[in-house]
Amino acid sequence: MNNKLYEYLLMLGDNSMILGHRLSELCGHGPNLETDIALTNISLDLFGQVRSYFQYAAEVKGGEFTEDTIAFLRKDREYRHVLLVEQPNEDFGHVIGRQFLYDSYHLPLLKQLTESKDETIAAIAHKSVKEARYHLRFSSEWVKRLGDGTDESHQRMQKAIEHLYPFIFELFQETDIEKEMKELKIGADLSRIKEESMTTIGEVLADATLKIPESAPRMAKGKTGIHSEHLGFILSDLQYMQRAYPDMQW
Amino acid sequence: MDIKSLEERFNERIDAGESIEAKDWMPEKYRKTHIRQISQHAHSEVVGMLPEGNWITRTPTLRRKVALLAKVQDEAGHGLYLYSAAETLGITRDEMMEQLNSGKAKYSSIFNYPTLSWADIGAIGWLVDGAAIINQVMLTRTSFGPYARAMVRICKEESFHQRQGYEIMLTLANGTPEQKEMAQDALNRWWWPSLMMFGPRDEDSPNTAQSVRWKIKRKTNDELRQQFVDNTVPQADYIGLTIPDQDLKWNEEKGHYDFGPIDWDEFWQVVNGNGICNKERLKARNDAWDNGEWVRDAAIAHAEKRQNNKVVKKSA
Ligand SMILES: [Fe+2]
Ligand SMILES: [Fe+2]
Repeated sequence: MNNKLYEYLLMLGDNSMILGHRLSELCGHGPNLETDIALTNISLDLFGQVRSYFQYAAEVKGGEFTEDTIAFLRKDREYRHVLLVEQPNEDFGHVIGRQFLYDSYHLPLLKQLTESKDETIAAIAHKSVKEARYHLRFSSEWVKRLGDGTDESHQRMQKAIEHLYPFIFELFQETDIEKEMKELKIGADLSRIKEESMTTIGEVLADATLKIPESAPRMAKGKTGIHSEHLGFILSDLQYMQRAYPDMQW
Repeated sequence: MDIKSLEERFNERIDAGESIEAKDWMPEKYRKTHIRQISQHAHSEVVGMLPEGNWITRTPTLRRKVALLAKVQDEAGHGLYLYSAAETLGITRDEMMEQLNSGKAKYSSIFNYPTLSWADIGAIGWLVDGAAIINQVMLTRTSFGPYARAMVRICKEESFHQRQGYEIMLTLANGTPEQKEMAQDALNRWWWPSLMMFGPRDEDSPNTAQSVRWKIKRKTNDELRQQFVDNTVPQADYIGLTIPDQDLKWNEEKGHYDFGPIDWDEFWQVVNGNGICNKERLKARNDAWDNGEWVRDAAIAHAEKRQNNKVVKKSA
């Protein structure tokens, strides 16, 4: 059971970490100072969540594990995030599209987790749910601005959605661990999340005058550890110091 | 009132230590000097995000990542306050960005040096933010009100950055031999450029007299530089790192440290665009601005559409 809980915490933490990492790449390069600050804020919130999840995961695992060994010293196959969050910062449309699709899942996820039988998860969710609500507001506003802005922004946003949409199905596809955690009332019920998430996506995209792609291929392997080529490069940045200078205090 | 008596009154107000506000009468040169200085300061905050941003994705721990993200974000905030302060003098942020991107406006040359190791993040916080604080504490009493007030807010955050940077250096200096070497190497590379941050020697600094007259500057470059050296040397001693200056020596009589000659050739080289990272820094700013254009345009277009919808609804 402990091992399953540990794996579940990795799923929660890795999504926040890899998305936070992608956003952190943009710090100092945003389209203006206000959005730069806002995206960094989201990244900061996400890394705050990562720390809580991984500190707890380290406790669950026991022994020598710490938040940092968990964050930085796993092999690529041991990362449990969905493919959506590792998609690159192609342009601001992709950044916003990725954020919005993830937020539309993240908010209902955290709402459910506030009721988790596991008190630590419930407490983390309680704190994070406010952040996720703000993130979703920010990203949906921007989807609308870009979708219903100029011709160019509309085209770019539509293109981003076409690219990213296939990755959302994985979010709702239950793995064995998620199923077990749901049954123990520790984890969330993905089918309920899916409903809320798809409604949000439908409404916001309609408002933004954007089309939901009709036939989207479904990409779904990230949670089991099979990722895209992007992950190797993300990890070479993320793990660089811990790999080059092992076993030191920073 | 004619210009002459306006100027007299202005000078009296400066002498009396009154703060000058944006709507007050001021000599054209005072306005221009402030636009230049405040916008350069803002540009320095914004370009300064880049060398440290370079390590955000590679921090050694999660705790350090959160701290560094927050620090770089603070610098963006400093940029924002300062651009707003400059805007009160009748220039737009877009115009200032244009001046930065075209290379017409300057920013602090220190940011044209590369960040080569994690220890550089410590060294920048400790030395670069440390040097910035000395300058900025002085500016909290500068005669132009909006600038002085922006500085008060900024200084609190800068001293936090400085302590955080020093703490990174302390941790490295107490770490493994490899870590200590990394820290010493960073200090070796950042020490002299940090001294140059205060600008040319007083005798080579033609604007200082006027700036002191207008209480823009209350201390000269050399005075500020001395203060920095005096503050920093004991801090380096305390963590067991060596300042890379063979001439550095406590002068009992003066009550200050004597230090060796600064390589002003290098200073002017970097100021004039020949530092290792001048081109990258400007390119990064230009890319961010150019790639963001369609986003900014979309935001304006969308806001207009919303406004029009409201008007249509009201009139219906
Ligand atoms: Fe700053
Ligand atoms: Fe700072």
